[in-house]
Amino acid sequence: MESVIPILEFKKTCVSYTKQTMAVKYVSAAIDRNTITAIMGPSGCGKSTLLRAVNLMHSLYPNIRVDGEILLGGENILSMEPIDVRRRVGMVFQRPAPFPTMSIYDNVLSGYVLNGIRLSKAEKDATVERCLRSVALWDEVKEVLNKKGTFLSGGQQQRLCIARALAMQPDVLLMDEPTSALDPIATAHIEELMQELQKEVTILIVTHNMGQAMRISSKSMFMYLGELVEYGDTAAMFSNPSDERTKAYLTGKMG
Amino acid sequence: MNDRIYRILLFAAALVMPLVCGGVVYALVTDAREAFEHFGFFNFLTSSEWSYTEGAEQYGALPFITGTLMTTLLALIFCIPFSLPVALFVGEYFKGTRVAAILSTITDLLAGIPSIIYGLWGFYTLRPLIIMLDISPQGSGVLIASLVLAIMIVPYAASLSAEFIKMVPNDLKEAAYSLGATRAEVIRRVVFPVAGSGIFSAYILAIGRALGETMTVTMLIGNTNNIPNSITSTGNSMASIIANQFGEADDLRLSSLIAIGLILYLITAVINMIGKIMIKRARIV
Repeated sequence: MESVIPILEFKKTCVSYTKQTMAVKYVSAAIDRNTITAIMGPSGCGKSTLLRAVNLMHSLYPNIRVDGEILLGGENILSMEPIDVRRRVGMVFQRPAPFPTMSIYDNVLSGYVLNGIRLSKAEKDATVERCLRSVALWDEVKEVLNKKGTFLSGGQQQRLCIARALAMQPDVLLMDEPTSALDPIATAHIEELMQELQKEVTILIVTHNMGQAMRISSKSMFMYLGELVEYGDTAAMFSNPSDERTKAYLTGKMG
Repeated sequence: MNDRIYRILLFAAALVMPLVCGGVVYALVTDAREAFEHFGFFNFLTSSEWSYTEGAEQYGALPFITGTLMTTLLALIFCIPFSLPVALFVGEYFKGTRVAAILSTITDLLAGIPSIIYGLWGFYTLRPLIIMLDISPQGSGVLIASLVLAIMIVPYAASLSAEFIKMVPNDLKEAAYSLGATRAEVIRRVVFPVAGSGIFSAYILAIGRALGETMTVTMLIGNTNNIPNSITSTGNSMASIIANQFGEADDLRLSSLIAIGLILYLITAVINMIGKIMIKRARIV
C-alpha cells in the first residue's frame, strides 16, 4: 500500500530570506495522497514561502536558503534537481498568467514544449482535450483553441493555467491563492473543480479566505509568524481550535 | 493671467520643433529640385553614374543608396551577437546586480564616444589588421565600415533590448520554471517571444542610427563612387558622399548631393517611425 508513505512531508523545514530572519520556522507536517490541504494565516506568516519551497521556486533566488527536509514520496527534494521536482509538482499562481504569445492549445502543452518533449499530433490533441476537460474549460474554448490565452476571461485564464499544470501529470499541485484575483462566480467554479481534481492529484492551497478553506479542504494548517501553529482536520480546527492564536484568527480578532 | 502667458510660451516653444522640421524638409526639397527635374526622380534613384566632367554631368544615387544599405545591414548583422548577450546579461541573468549596472554603464559609454574617434580607431587599428589577414588589399571598404558601425550601434540596441527583457513579467517566468523549464528554455520560449517586438524595435532604432552615421563611414569606406560588388570592396554611403563632396560642389552637383540628403532623410524617418510604432505596440503587452 502506498498510503504508508505520505505523498509530501515537511521535516523541520526552514526558509530564510536573510541570515538574521527566518520566514518559515521548523515546519513539520505530513500530507496524505489525494487530499486538499489548506494553508491559512495572516499576511506575511510564511504560507506562500512554505508552498514555494515545495517546487524549489526558492532556488531561483540565490539569497534564499531552505533547510530541513521536504520529502516527496519519501525522497528529499532539497537534494534533487529542481527540474525533476518541478515536473512532479505543478503550481498555479495568484494571478492567472497564461503565456501571452501562445495559443490556448500551446499553453496547455507548454510544459512539454518547455521540457523539450515531443508529442505526436494525436497525443497533443488528446492531452489538450483531456486537460481542458478536467478543468471544465473544453466546451467553452474548443472552437477557439488557436486564439491567444490572454483572450479569455480571468477565471478561464486561471483554469487554463491549472490545465497547463495538470498536463505534466504532477503528483502534487500547489495553488497560491488561486482565486484571489477572481470574481465569486469564477471562484466557485474553481473550488468545484478542485473537488474533482483531488481524485488524481494532491492539492496544497494557500488561501486568505477562511470560507474557502472550510468548503474545500479536508485538512488545514494555520501558520503565524513563520511557525506552523496548528495542523489537523479542517472541520475540527474550525469548530474547536486548540491554539489561542488559531482561535483569534478564525474569529476575526487577528488577521 | 499668469496661466495664459505660461500657456502661450509653452505653445510657442512646442511649435518651434515642427517648424524646424518643416523648414529642413522645405530647404531640402527646394534645393534638390534642380537635380530631380534634370534627371527625373526615378532615374536619379536608379542611375549609378556619378561623373562631373563639364557638359556631360551625370549624377545618380544608386551607388550611395546601395552603400548605405549594405553597411547598415552588415552592421546590424555584426551587432546582434554582441548586443543581444549584453541585453540578456543586464536584463535577465544578472538583473538588478552591481555587475549588470557596471556593464550597462560601460556599454552606454560607448554611445558617448565621438564618431571621429571610432573612425581613427578603425583606420589605425582595424585597417592594418584587415590588410594583415589578407581580407582586402586596401583595408578600407564596406566590411571595415560595417564592423566599426556595428560597435557604435551596440549600445543603442543593447540598452533598449535590455529594458524590454526586464519588462517580461516575473509571473510568466516563474510559471515556466514551475513547469520544469531550464533557464535557457525560459529565455527561448518565454522571454524572447514576450519581449520580441520590443527587441525588434530596438534594432530598428539602431538601424536608424547606422543609416545616417557619417564620419566613421567616410573615414573607412574608401570613398569610391561605384556600387560595391562585394563586402570587401570600397564604396560610398549617402552620408559620406555628401560629406566628401559638399565643399567643392556647386549647381547641379550640389543639388544632386542635397537630393541624396533628402532621400537619406526620408529613409531614416520611415525607419525611425516603424521603430516608434513597434515600441508603442510592445508596451501594450
